[in-house]
Amino acid sequence: MEQKPHIRIQDLSVFFGRQRALKNITIDIPDKKITVIIGPSGCGKTTLLKCLNRLVEPLDGVKVSGKIFVDEEDIYDPKVEVTHIRKKMGLLSQKPQVLPMSIYDNVAYGPRLHGQKNKKKLGQIVEHYLQMAKLWEEVKDRLSEPASRLSVGQQQRLCLARGLAVEPEIILGDEPTSALDPQSSQNVEKRLIELKNDYTVIVVTHILRQAKRIADYIAFLYMGELIEHGPAEGVFANPKDPRTRAYLTGEIS
Amino acid sequence: MRQSLAPRNLRRRKIEENFFRVLMAGSVLIVIACLGLIVGTIIWKGLPALSLSMITQTPKGGYYLGREGGILNAIVGSLYLASGATLLAVLFSLPIVLFINVYARKTSRLATWTRFSFDVLWGVPSIVYGAFGFILMVFMGLRASLLAGIITVALLELPIMSRAMDEVIRLVPPELLEASYSLGATKLETALKVVVRQSLPGILTAILIAFGRGIGDAASVLFTAGFTDRLPTSLFQPAATLPLAIFFQLGTPFPEVQARAYASAALLTAIILLVSLLARGLIKKYTKHLT
Repeated sequence: MEQKPHIRIQDLSVFFGRQRALKNITIDIPDKKITVIIGPSGCGKTTLLKCLNRLVEPLDGVKVSGKIFVDEEDIYDPKVEVTHIRKKMGLLSQKPQVLPMSIYDNVAYGPRLHGQKNKKKLGQIVEHYLQMAKLWEEVKDRLSEPASRLSVGQQQRLCLARGLAVEPEIILGDEPTSALDPQSSQNVEKRLIELKNDYTVIVVTHILRQAKRIADYIAFLYMGELIEHGPAEGVFANPKDPRTRAYLTGEIS
Repeated sequence: MRQSLAPRNLRRRKIEENFFRVLMAGSVLIVIACLGLIVGTIIWKGLPALSLSMITQTPKGGYYLGREGGILNAIVGSLYLASGATLLAVLFSLPIVLFINVYARKTSRLATWTRFSFDVLWGVPSIVYGAFGFILMVFMGLRASLLAGIITVALLELPIMSRAMDEVIRLVPPELLEASYSLGATKLETALKVVVRQSLPGILTAILIAFGRGIGDAASVLFTAGFTDRLPTSLFQPAATLPLAIFFQLGTPFPEVQARAYASAALLTAIILLVSLLARGLIKKYTKHLT
């Protein structure tokens, strides 16, 4: 890779009690590309993703060893402020999680937390990011309605706008289309592809076709281990490990 | 074979179905009838004594023997006492419940033990709270007063309120918390802006249940709040309460005063009903923006 990686994971292991969820993961995640983490369910994909913004915290029987560098900063260093790490990343979860407030307040939530009090500025921020998530036209006349009244597909785009509004560098998606209908899924995929011009995007998915559609870089996890990773065309056309081949052909799923 | 088996089997299942349906309908009927009987008895027995002066005047001739005047002292005392106790209980319940749900892991030992202690405290009879409150009162150098009553009733309400709040706050999906954290919110910001808002109707219901328990309890205020014919004007003076008014009035040998006890009971029931309706209205109004 000629480019400087945005995130470097070094020898990361995670234990939940005695169970080892991730085993010695080492991978560099390229800047301003879509990296897709694939693998069968229960292989640790989501755990890996959650480690990236420290939603996996070492307490109550959870053990994390190894290092994750984001912009050359070790995020698991106790001296690092966790909100500072999380502000750098927007998260899309499996089921869209709208906050119990209006559409406007959902997008304004992050900027307000980080000190933006100017009403006019907030209005501009809300409009800007709703447009970026291609939701503005649908909601511009009902911004004060509760966000829960939106359709699931709209809610996921609202979550995207909300995540973008804290001006992150990285977008994390945890199977972000799994609760959506095909058309909404396509809509979200399109947004992700647009976003990679300005953001590093990391998506977990178990849908191989989706991975093929959007991935620039692929990481294949199996039973907590990183089996293979590399540029998408390479991995899909010519998998090196027999387990990757088995997964891609549907023998293991 | 199958042809001959099917109808008999079906008949048996239909009988089962009907049997249990009658049983369930019967239970519902009994509960409704009980409620009707209680309210009916109170109103029927209290009606002769029920008058406007009951709610606008303080007793004339003492609360044991008074056949004139009203029970305004007890109405105001009970409202003060239950409101104060509920407020105090909220100030402790909400932080405890937010702590065990947001700060501690839901399954952590601390959370489990906290829940267990609340379950035990829930089952403690209110006379025990009364006795404990009395000792606490003496220890604090107070005498039987509104303040001592408020503290004791708050202790009584605390487990009820906390457990009821806990039940609704537990239902907030962890992913929603993660959504808030991933936007850079701290745990406190998440607790106050997301968790409390999401479960607001349930929290208000919990407060309401606790208020109802607090305003209706006699044993816990027996030794701690005292009783007086006058309206309470200070936290450090004794305050009359409706449950104790009912207790004293029923204990007299005079039928007219006993009738006043039923009238007091009717008023207490009416107050609880009114507060419930009011709170339900408020919940509807303030949760419109949620769903």
